[in-house]
Amino acid sequence: MKTPSATRIVGAPVPRKEGVDKLLGRARYVDDIEREGMWHGATVRSSIPRGLIRSIAFDRRIDWTEFAVVTAADIPGENCIQLIVADQPCLADGKVNHCEEPILLLAHPDQHKLREAVGAVRIEYEPLPPIFTIEESERRDVVVWGADNLLKSFLLEKGDVDSAWAGAAHIVEGEYRTGAQEHLYIENQGMIAEYGAENGVTVWGSLQCPYYVFKALRAVFDLPDEKVRVIQTETGGAFGGKEDYPSTLACHAALLAMKSGHPVKMVYDRMEDLAATTKRHPSRVRHRTALDPDGKLLAIEIDLATDGGAYATLSSTVLSRAVLHSTGPYLCPNVRVRATSWATNLVPYGAFRGFGAPQAIFAMERHMDEIAATLGIDPAELRRRNFLHVGDTNATEQEMREPVILDQLLDRALKESGYYAKREQFARSNVKSSIRRGMGLAAFYHGSGFTGSGEAYLNSLAGVDVTPEGNVRVLVSNTEFGQGTNTILTQVAAEALGIDYANVTMAAPDTGIVPNSGPTVASRTSMVVGRIIERACSQLLALLREYAGLGTTYTQKEFLDACERYRATRGEVVSFCRYEAPPGIVWDDQTYHGEAYGAYAWAVYVAQVAVDTVTYSAEVEDFWAVQEVGRVIHPVMAAGQVEGGIAQGIGYALYEKVFSQDGRMANNQMTNYIIPTAEDVPPIHVYFEQIPFQYGGFGAKGIGELPHDGPAPAILNAIRDATGIAFNAIPLLPEDLYAGLAAAEPEEMAAR
Amino acid sequence: MRGNAAMHDLIAPSELGAVLQLLAAEPGAWTPIAGGTELMVAFSAGHLAAPKLVSLWGIPDLRSIGVTPASISIGAAATFLDLRRNATIASEFPLLAKAASWIGSVANQGRATLGGNLVNGSPAADSSPALLAYDADIEIISVRGRRRVPYSAFHTGYKRNVLLPDELLYAIHLPRRFARHASYLRKVGTRRAMAIAKVALGATALLENGVVREIRLGAASLAPFPTRLWQTEAALLGQTVTRETMQSAHPALLAEIKPINDIRSTAEYRRQVAANLLDEFLLSLNPEESQS
Amino acid sequence: MSKSVRATFHERWPTIQFRVNGEAKVINVPPMKRLLDVLREDLQLTGTKEGCGEGECGSCSVRMNGELVNSCLVPVLQAEGAEIQTVEGLALKGELHPLQRSFLEHGGAQCGICTPGMLMASAQLLEQNPHPDEIQIREALAGNLCRCTGFMRIFESVAAASAPERTGATAESTTEPSNHAG
Repeated sequence: MKTPSATRIVGAPVPRKEGVDKLLGRARYVDDIEREGMWHGATVRSSIPRGLIRSIAFDRRIDWTEFAVVTAADIPGENCIQLIVADQPCLADGKVNHCEEPILLLAHPDQHKLREAVGAVRIEYEPLPPIFTIEESERRDVVVWGADNLLKSFLLEKGDVDSAWAGAAHIVEGEYRTGAQEHLYIENQGMIAEYGAENGVTVWGSLQCPYYVFKALRAVFDLPDEKVRVIQTETGGAFGGKEDYPSTLACHAALLAMKSGHPVKMVYDRMEDLAATTKRHPSRVRHRTALDPDGKLLAIEIDLATDGGAYATLSSTVLSRAVLHSTGPYLCPNVRVRATSWATNLVPYGAFRGFGAPQAIFAMERHMDEIAATLGIDPAELRRRNFLHVGDTNATEQEMREPVILDQLLDRALKESGYYAKREQFARSNVKSSIRRGMGLAAFYHGSGFTGSGEAYLNSLAGVDVTPEGNVRVLVSNTEFGQGTNTILTQVAAEALGIDYANVTMAAPDTGIVPNSGPTVASRTSMVVGRIIERACSQLLALLREYAGLGTTYTQKEFLDACERYRATRGEVVSFCRYEAPPGIVWDDQTYHGEAYGAYAWAVYVAQVAVDTVTYSAEVEDFWAVQEVGRVIHPVMAAGQVEGGIAQGIGYALYEKVFSQDGRMANNQMTNYIIPTAEDVPPIHVYFEQIPFQYGGFGAKGIGELPHDGPAPAILNAIRDATGIAFNAIPLLPEDLYAGLAAAEPEEMAAR
Repeated sequence: MRGNAAMHDLIAPSELGAVLQLLAAEPGAWTPIAGGTELMVAFSAGHLAAPKLVSLWGIPDLRSIGVTPASISIGAAATFLDLRRNATIASEFPLLAKAASWIGSVANQGRATLGGNLVNGSPAADSSPALLAYDADIEIISVRGRRRVPYSAFHTGYKRNVLLPDELLYAIHLPRRFARHASYLRKVGTRRAMAIAKVALGATALLENGVVREIRLGAASLAPFPTRLWQTEAALLGQTVTRETMQSAHPALLAEIKPINDIRSTAEYRRQVAANLLDEFLLSLNPEESQS
Repeated sequence: MSKSVRATFHERWPTIQFRVNGEAKVINVPPMKRLLDVLREDLQLTGTKEGCGEGECGSCSVRMNGELVNSCLVPVLQAEGAEIQTVEGLALKGELHPLQRSFLEHGGAQCGICTPGMLMASAQLLEQNPHPDEIQIREALAGNLCRCTGFMRIFESVAAASAPERTGATAESTTEPSNHAG
């Protein structure tokens, strides 16, 4: 199927589909909703990071007969949250493995009595020794998960790394670390659940993946499909934080609904959400690189480790994506990546925009600048000499068949940012000023959609139907949480059907109505699901032409009339398609070889950073983002995704630190978890190159996560340029900058 | 949200006398609440112990700003927006106007009060360095009458001050004698807005023929409460500002400050930045001493 | 509190009167109840949101007596006699407010949860300063956290809503002094 080159709706800045409701304050988020007879629910959580539960006592000052109390013993099905590995209990049963682990649940009509009751449950523990770092877990002196603390490991090899060192002109080593990061969606996690003998379980809530929650409820309640229903409410931000965690919260609310006989609402306050829910996996990445005299890569050897927290959750897939993004957009004949994910007694880590790529790309792109400094090569030039081109193979020996325009992206980024002129200017001004400025860049890619055979495994089903009122509905389980799903998929359908954008809506994100078109993650919505919708629309037109006399050209009225004629004989007007893998996707899960991703988005980002040597604060003063993302379906929304992702990446680099004390997040308030405000973000300049990808919805590739991959390394590279000091860990706070500057220039510091 | 509104009494007398009577009749039983930007945070977090609160919001005596030739009197319940909008403060007390603009957000500035900032007594209080540098006086009121205390003596320990159980902070007075002083204010926070100070320094100085005749240094987050840097001032008084005198002030500074490690920063960082801020101020007094 | 436990008239609690979006309201609740909770629960005006309960995120911002406030920090007793505007009061007679139109056109709202507060803060700014420059817009919105947009399109939306009479490059004199933290 050919993608049309001229489109009316795709590529146009149409109004956000649900925008008016949001602007009027009419959009209904879960906490805006009440159900008749609704109670409130709360969670009693572990106060220790690891141990056995010796006793649970209920203080007699509370009248517990007023409450519904749920423990592990009340779970009808499996006491396990379905994700990848069946290791995480829905409720702790006899032992706990992290602070804030849910132990029991309480429900009551009065929120104040509920809060008092939470404090009136006395739990006695027999503590066991906890571990809190990758290193402790690796040592295995204390084993907290499985036989050896190892949640997952991968080995990726290409060529023959061991033979490359001897002949190398240069060998450069480095170690890079990234910290945990909190999503800080402005809407806290929340669910409302109902339970009845006739309908089974129904939940409404803030979530990304209705069918993940569906699967989790089905297992916990041991119910058949027809008795489980999940409906997404308007969701106030997610970023991956509502990909896996909602399954737990939904099960909790539903268990309380079952026990109490009432609908139950559970909405976390900020302190609980920060302390108890998932965050980005911290990482430690070690590089060893062999280069020829011109700085061309001969061998890359990487040891990449993540902290998974107490349960596996999505650690294996995060690790997978980290591995597949760890060697950068570069050609290298010899590669070895050993990757491991380790269990600790911290709150389990989970999905967060980028999903392992930000960690891996931080390390690779910082390391490239260290290589450049060691070899005395300009950082941009070093990258240019190593860029992948069409026909090259990457680390998994995937041949680059689609266009790769990294040189062009780099040229544009250097030009738009005035990179060289600025560096010259700063070299002069830095000497005379207490502000030191620098420029830094990062080159990277992000694989769109699920890895390798993942999309085939998901086997997504999606389609469109037409109501008797003449409204076309897009039928997908993909959800809107700000990033534009509702708008772009209705744009695609309107374009593909040749009708007005206003005539196309999204069917409610309700598992009782829509098929499973896969989760809303992995930057797959516009590319993978968009493509299925495009095909389903073409299929509908073909059916209308064959059975309802629709002409080759038609007006919207003629289209709708044809639909009614079709309905008269067929009973309904609906068209579904399943995912079809692009040709030539071959992936071996054992050897990690083949087509890792069907498509890649490519980018070069440049940061201008100022380091204040009086306060040791680093601020991003300006930022340029150049990317090739296939067809841009909505220019305003696409730019908005890039800008938002960059703001989060700036936070990741310079502001956002999770302070952990004895396994608890000590800074679990917004006043102490620092994200950039409107006064902190730099001007962000966004440039798109578009090379339509023929297997993506109207040529689209993924875009949602790419922007979070580039800022942190670009910023730390700029700080290196500004100060001459290599900082290799994020978040890089002023206290860390001070320590680095003091170590590097002790005389100058003492003289102050 | 962990507070239970039904567990608290809140009353709002319309005039000051009634408030003072209440504090006198039941000393220590009633907690005054002005804009609520501190107490309501504690309430939401479930940490507000005070069962009975008396609102100062809307009592006209407490919010007025009066100007005489000798001084400006700021009612304790004047908000930070009130301060920003006052012409005398803008022209003669720019450090206070600046501090007011750095407090939280516009929404917080319209509710947070100068008196509340001082009585809350955070060592990081945003208005304190400026008040210390401007030699502010605190006026305290009760049914027994009024008394004045230099602001530099108001705080006596971590979140402790000189107020007796029946007393209310009434006004803050600033002498109108700083128009020709050199002044400086810098707050170092975690980001540009909505940040609690890791270190802050406010300073005023009067030089005659290059000699320091007056100097006042007010610091936040370097001690259990906002404080004047008395020893550092003494080391600089009567001196000219040279590289040497700047250096010699450092030991005095490092001896008298007591920075700590906490969730926002480290003692070591605070110590170094305090010295840097002092240098930055002193250099502004004699720019020729700055080297490239 | 859910509808199933609706509070009945309590003599112990004061009766508080104020106006919201031009309509007179009378409520009988504990005086320390947060204005935010009164708006959402007692008046069913759920447009104003709770993001943090600490006065940090601004999603609860409303306008009270012509000033912007974080309604999570206002005990409702202090709203006695006040004129309050929430996001529900911005659009008039079914017509979007210029800021709402502008946010829609320029992508100022993504997930929408910060949007009511952001609109309130923007409306407050434009009323005090009809032609703000970018620094003034940033300062006015510094108390409204957004995690989705990176703020660029919010600045653009506010600037576009303020543009109609704009002539030169510099802002006109303002009624609000602006001190940019350095």
